[in-house]
Amino acid sequence: MDVINIKGTDDTPSITLDKAANVIEFSGRSLPEDVATFYAPALAWIDEFVADPNDHTDVNFKLEYFNTASSKILLDILLKFEPIADNVTIKWHYHEDEEDILDAGKEYEDIVEVPFEFIEY
Amino acid sequence: MIAMTKIGANQDFLEFAYQLYHTMQANEINLVYEGVVTQEITKTFTSMTEKNMEKAEESSKVQRRVFNVMVECLQNISKHADPITGEEDEERRGIVLVSHGEACYNVITGNVVKREKMAGLKSTLEHINSLDKEGLSAAYKQQIMEGRISEKGGAGLGFIDIAKKSGNKIDFQFKELNDDFVFFIIITTISRE
Repeated sequence: MDVINIKGTDDTPSITLDKAANVIEFSGRSLPEDVATFYAPALAWIDEFVADPNDHTDVNFKLEYFNTASSKILLDILLKFEPIADNVTIKWHYHEDEEDILDAGKEYEDIVEVPFEFIEY
Repeated sequence: MIAMTKIGANQDFLEFAYQLYHTMQANEINLVYEGVVTQEITKTFTSMTEKNMEKAEESSKVQRRVFNVMVECLQNISKHADPITGEEDEERRGIVLVSHGEACYNVITGNVVKREKMAGLKSTLEHINSLDKEGLSAAYKQQIMEGRISEKGGAGLGFIDIAKKSGNKIDFQFKELNDDFVFFIIITTISRE
């Protein structure tokens, strides 16, 4: 599978998707103007991964901020992992001062049938 | 004579600039803008405000909430403001004002909308204002599950998120412009802790 390695900017997150290295990670800020276009390659990659997953993969989210349009796409990403819920753990990282990020993660945990772990940094 | 008129006009403009400066100082206005609102403008204003708050040693939680509310308000303008010319591909304009006092930050934005959108906006905002924290969280979850990203790139979550992050009611008004358009103003208050 191809490796996706996108470097973050002021308004888009860093994304690493690497099946061989067993790394799935989203970090930084997400407030792009056009969320659908920005996230399209990542969504396609995850579809391919879910069809042939690794034994176990930690799916890391280390986001400091995301806008509401991104929050909808993040839900779409999380829901894609439901069919392989036994093979993944969502690791939701939040800064100790950022309880809003923790709350957002808890809301996703309520909606999505995939195990979550919350990690303060 | 011509030179005199010019000096007179300059004098008026200087007076205006001086009055504006005083009004801004008196009301502790950090940012005021009228013009086209784009993604670049959104990034510039949010990072400017962020730097000002850092300098003022504002708590990171309040900083993040002001940032958050500004992003949603500005992206609302850049996606939904109606050009008064009626041309859909025209640039989207608005006003943006950020002020702070002892107890809170205010983010005020305004833009032109078609009169036909007024009733929908009013009922959406009144509904959101009727919800408490749990109600807002439930509304957010429902919308994020049922909604879709629109052609304009919105998720229908902006106002709910603004209300969640502000912790206060969203103050809004419609000002008369003409038969087809109204000026829509929203004021979001973020309490300092």
